[in-house]
Amino acid sequence: MPAVSKGDGMRGLAVFISDIRNCKSKEAEIKRINKELANIRSKFKGDKALDGYSKKKYVCKLLFIFLLGHDIDFGHMEAVNLLSSNKYTEKQIGYLFISVLVNSNSELIRLINNGIKNDLSSRNPTFMCLALHCIANVGSREMAEAFAGEIPRILVAGDTMDSVKQSAALCLLRLYKTSPDLVLMGEWTSRVVHLLNDQHMGVVTAAISLITCLSQKNPDEFKTCVSLAVSRLSRIVSSASTDLQDYTYYFVPAPWLSCKLLRLLQCYPPPEDGAVKGRLVECLETILNKAQEPPKSKKVQHSNAKNAILFEAIALIIHYDSEPNLLVRACNQLGQFLQHRETNLRYLALESMCTLASSEFSHEAVKTHIETVINALKTERDVSVRQRAADLLYAMCDRSNAKQIVAEMLSYLETADYSIREEMVLKVAILAEKYAVDYSWYVDTILNLIRIAGDYVSEEVWYRVIQIVINRDDVQGYAAKTVFEALQAPACHENMVKVGGYILGEFGNLIAGDPRSSPLVQFNLLHSKFHLCSVPTRALLLSAYIKFINLFPETKSTIQEVLRSDSQIRNSDVELQQRAVEYLKLSSIASTDVLATVLEEMPPFPERESSILAKLKKKKGPGAVSSTEQEDGKREGGELNGGGERGADSTIAASNASTPSPSADLLGLRSSGPVSAAPPSAGSLLVDVFSEAGPAAPAAAVNDDGFLRDLEPPTESSDSLLAEGPGDSDSAPPSVVSEDPAPPMPQSDELLHKFVCKSNGVLFENQLLQIGVKSEYRQNLGRMYLFYGNKTSVQFVSFSTSVTYTGELQSQLNVQTKPVEPLVEGGAQVQQVINIECLTDFSDAPLLNIKFRYGGALQNLTLKLPVTVNKFFQPTEMVSHDFFQRWKQLSQPQQEAQKIFKASHGMDKEVLKGKLLGLGMALLENVDPNPENFVCAGVIQTKAQQVGCLLRLEPNAQAQSGEQMYRLTLRSSKDTVSKRLCDLLAEQF
Amino acid sequence: AKSSRSNTVRQGKLRLQKWYTATAERDKKKMVRELMQVVLARKPKMCSFLEWRDLKIVYKRYASLYFCCAVEEQDNELITLEVIHRFVELLDKYFGSVCELDIIFNFEKAYFILDEFLMGGEIQDTSKKSVLKAIEQADLLQEVCDVHLGLL
Repeated sequence: MPAVSKGDGMRGLAVFISDIRNCKSKEAEIKRINKELANIRSKFKGDKALDGYSKKKYVCKLLFIFLLGHDIDFGHMEAVNLLSSNKYTEKQIGYLFISVLVNSNSELIRLINNGIKNDLSSRNPTFMCLALHCIANVGSREMAEAFAGEIPRILVAGDTMDSVKQSAALCLLRLYKTSPDLVLMGEWTSRVVHLLNDQHMGVVTAAISLITCLSQKNPDEFKTCVSLAVSRLSRIVSSASTDLQDYTYYFVPAPWLSCKLLRLLQCYPPPEDGAVKGRLVECLETILNKAQEPPKSKKVQHSNAKNAILFEAIALIIHYDSEPNLLVRACNQLGQFLQHRETNLRYLALESMCTLASSEFSHEAVKTHIETVINALKTERDVSVRQRAADLLYAMCDRSNAKQIVAEMLSYLETADYSIREEMVLKVAILAEKYAVDYSWYVDTILNLIRIAGDYVSEEVWYRVIQIVINRDDVQGYAAKTVFEALQAPACHENMVKVGGYILGEFGNLIAGDPRSSPLVQFNLLHSKFHLCSVPTRALLLSAYIKFINLFPETKSTIQEVLRSDSQIRNSDVELQQRAVEYLKLSSIASTDVLATVLEEMPPFPERESSILAKLKKKKGPGAVSSTEQEDGKREGGELNGGGERGADSTIAASNASTPSPSADLLGLRSSGPVSAAPPSAGSLLVDVFSEAGPAAPAAAVNDDGFLRDLEPPTESSDSLLAEGPGDSDSAPPSVVSEDPAPPMPQSDELLHKFVCKSNGVLFENQLLQIGVKSEYRQNLGRMYLFYGNKTSVQFVSFSTSVTYTGELQSQLNVQTKPVEPLVEGGAQVQQVINIECLTDFSDAPLLNIKFRYGGALQNLTLKLPVTVNKFFQPTEMVSHDFFQRWKQLSQPQQEAQKIFKASHGMDKEVLKGKLLGLGMALLENVDPNPENFVCAGVIQTKAQQVGCLLRLEPNAQAQSGEQMYRLTLRSSKDTVSKRLCDLLAEQF
Repeated sequence: AKSSRSNTVRQGKLRLQKWYTATAERDKKKMVRELMQVVLARKPKMCSFLEWRDLKIVYKRYASLYFCCAVEEQDNELITLEVIHRFVELLDKYFGSVCELDIIFNFEKAYFILDEFLMGGEIQDTSKKSVLKAIEQADLLQEVCDVHLGLL
C-alpha cells in the first residue's frame, strides 16, 4: 500500500476508534480489538520496514487499546524507535506511549534513556521538553539515576529557554519526590531560589513548586526565599488586574502563583526582618480588604480564584498564629462565608474555621458563630457539609457552650446520616466527659447516646461510662437510678442492658431502699432482658446476678433457681454454662464472708486518658478504617479501660475459635480443688470472676514471683479461653489486615544469626521501620521486648504483629505476645513484650509478622523471632579433668556434631571470647592443653529436660590452604541439640 | 495543586486519566471504579469537594463529562477547581468548542495538552497562550492543516 497521504492525519486510527464505538456488545468490541492486535502484530513482524508514520499510527492504536483497559504486551520496541525520529509528532507519540505504558523494564529503560539523552543534548527546546516530560511522567529510580545530575544544570544554565526551564524545574521536583537521595544539593540550589525573581511568570510558577518542596525538607538552605517570595507576592497583590496580561485570570492577577507563594511562606515562621514582615502583613491585609470589594465579574471563576487566594492567606495567618488582629479579621471573613449561597464556600469556611477555633486569639471569635453552625448542621443538604459543621462544633466546644453543643449534636444524631453516626457518637462522648461539670449530666448524656444511637456506640464508650461511675462515688447512686429507669423502656438497646447489668450489679444497693426498685424488682427487670441478649451480654448479666446474691441475700434463692435452670446450667454455650455452674456452686458453698470478699465492689480504675479519643483519631486517620481494625480497637479499648467486661470479650474470641478450649477453667477449680478448700485464693477468684477488671486485683496475691509470671499457666479466664490448648498460645492480636502474612524475608536467617551471640540490638531496619530487640532469659523462660519505631513523620495505622510457629515448634516452644497499639504515630516507638517458654529443644525460629498501613499502602513483612536454643543456656564452670571426662562420656557418634569452616570474621581472640560468652556457655580457661583452643560448657534448660553441652573451637590460623580455618565440635546428650548448635555457631565465626 | 491524578469520566466511562504518583495497575482500576461511584452519586447542588480515602476529591461537571482531581490534604480546593476549568478552556480553545467526541478521537492531543499544562501534578504554566503555543507548534511541525476528522 502506498504511504498514506500525510494530509489524512491518522485516518486509520479514527476509523478504528469509530469501529470500536459502533460495537454493539463487549464481545464484538473484544473481537474487533483482537483483529486489530493481530494486524498490528503482523505489521510489526513483517519483512517490510515500516515508515515512521505507520509506526506512529500503530503505536497510537495500541495506546488506545490499552486505555480501553486491555493489556498490551508488545509494541514497546517500536515506540522506543519512534524516539529517534526527527519528526516531532512521531517522537511525541513514542514518548506518550512510554509515559503511559512503560514500567521499569530494564532492557528497555536503557534504550529509552539513550533516546532521552539525545534529545536533552539536542539543544532543540521542543525536543528537550518532550524528554523532560517523559522523565517526569515515568519518574522511576533508573531515570533519576541517569538524569538527576543533568537536570539541575539545564535548569540554571543561562542560555536555557524559558519553556525548558519550566519543564526542568518540575521534572526535577518529580525526581526529588521519588528519589530524594539522588538529587544532590549544590551550587545550583542558591540559583534556583532566585528563579522567584525571574521575569517570566511561567518560570516562577513552575519553579516555586520545586522550591516549596525543597524548602520543606531543607528549610535552612532555602530560607532566603522568604523575602523574595514576600516581594513577589507584594508586587502581584498590588498590581492592577490587567498588568499581568495572560497571567490574569478572570480579573484576578496570577492566582496560582499567589497561592503558591502563600503556601511557600507556610513552610517558615513569620519573617524576622521587620520590613519584610511589615510588607507581608500589608499583603495579607490587602487580600482581606479585596474580599470586601464588589466583584469585578459575576463569573464563578472570578470569585473562585479570588477566594482561593483568600483561603490560602487565611491558612498562612493561622499558621503564624501570632497576629490577633488578622486572626479575628479572618474569622469574620469566614463568618460571612458561612452564610454564602455557594455551597463550596460554606464548606471551606467551616473547614477553615475548625483550625481557627484552636487558636487562643480567635477561639472566642469563632464561638460567636455557633448559631449559624448549628443551623448548618440542621439544614445543609450535602452530608459532607454537615460533617464539616459537626467538626466545627466539636472544635469550638468549651465549658461555656458544651451543654448546648452536646444537646444539639444529640438531637442531630436522631436523624444523622449513617455514614457519620459513629463519629458523632464518639465526639459527643468525648465532649460530655471533657466538659462535665456535674457527672449526672455526663451519665444522662451517655445513656441518651445509647438510647438514640445504640448501634453506633462502640465498646469504648460504654466501658468509659462504667469506669467513670466506678471512680466517682458521688454519681453512683444517680447512675443506678437513671439506668434503672432507662431499662424500663420496653425496647432498650443491648448496650443499655450491659451498662445496666454492670452498674446495678455494683451499685444496685444504692437504690434498693425504694420499694419501686427493690432488689427483686431490679433483678426481674434485668432478667426480663436476658433472653433477648447476645452471649457476651448474657455472660455479663450472670456476673451481675452473682453480685446481686452478695448485695442482697434475699435474692439468693431466686437467682439460684435461675442459675439452676436447664437453660443456664446446660446451656450449649460453654462460657455461659460454666459461669452458671460455677456461680451456682460459689453461692451455695462459700460463706458470706468469702462471698463478700470475692464479690467485693470494683476498686477504682487508674486515671487514664479516654481511649475514645484514640478511637476518634483513628477514625479520622488516613485510609479507611477496616471493620477488623475497629474490632481490634474495641478489644484494645477494653483493656485500656481496665476491661469493663474482659470475660465477655474473651467469650467472643472463644466462640469464634474453631475449637473452644474444653479445659477453659473459669474459676481455676480444677487446679486448686474445690472452692471451699481454697479460701486463700479469694484474690484470684475475684480476678476470675471479673477477669482482670480490677486493675489492682491481678497483681494481688497468687503469683507475685514477679519476673516471668506471665508464663505461668494462665489462671485468668480470659487467657485460658483464648488459648486453644497448651501448645498453642498464639492468642496474640488477631491479624488486623486480611492479607496473609508475607513469607519470611530473604535476609531473615541472616538477621536471626546476628542475635545468636547477643541479646540486644537492632533486629531490622528499613526506610519506614526500625525494630529493636532487648531480651533476657532465665532458666527455660525468656522475655523479649520488641521496639517498633516509626521512622517517618506519618502515622502507621492498622499496626499489628503476630508470632506464628508451626509444626514441630508448637510442641517445643510456648510463645505469648501482648497486642500492640494499632496506631504508631510518626517518630514514635511502641513496645511489645513477648514471653517465651522453652518446652524442649528446638531448631527452627518462630516467625514474627508485622503488618501496617503506611499512607494507605499495606506493609507486610515477616522476620524470624531472634530466639535460638542457646538462649536457654546456663553456664557450667568445671575444671579440666571434669571437662575431658564428660567429653569422653559423650562420645557416641550421634552425640557429636562437627564442622570445619573458613573464618569469615577474622580470628581476633577477644572478639571470639566475646562471642562465646554471648552464646551463654561458660568459657573455660586453662582446660584445653592447646591455649589457642576455646572450650565451653553449659546446660540448656528446657521444661522437659536439661541438656548438657560441651563445645570446643579450634582455630587454625595457618591451615594448609593458607586460609584461616576453624574446627568446631559440639557434644551434648541430645543429637538434635549438638547439630543445631553447630549449625548456628558455624555462622558466627 | 498537587493532584495525585486527574481524570475525566462520563457515565462510568473513563475518557482520560493521568497519574502523578506511582500506582500499580490493579490499584488504579480499583480506585477509578470506586471514585466513579462516589462522584456519579453526587447531586447537582452539592459542594465540589469531598474527602475520599486520605485524599480530597475536587470535581466539576461540564456537560456530560466529570473532571476530577485527587489532591492532598493541604492543597487548595478552589484553585484546583480552576485548574480543571483552565484545562477545559485549553481543550476548548484548541478544538474549538470542545465536545466529548473530540477527546475520544483525539485522545493523544488531549494528553499532550494536559502534559503541557500540568507536569508531575504541578502547574507548568497558567498562561493559555504559552500552553497552546507549545501544542500548536507541534501541529505546524506535522504539516497537517486539519487534525479534526469529519467522521460521524
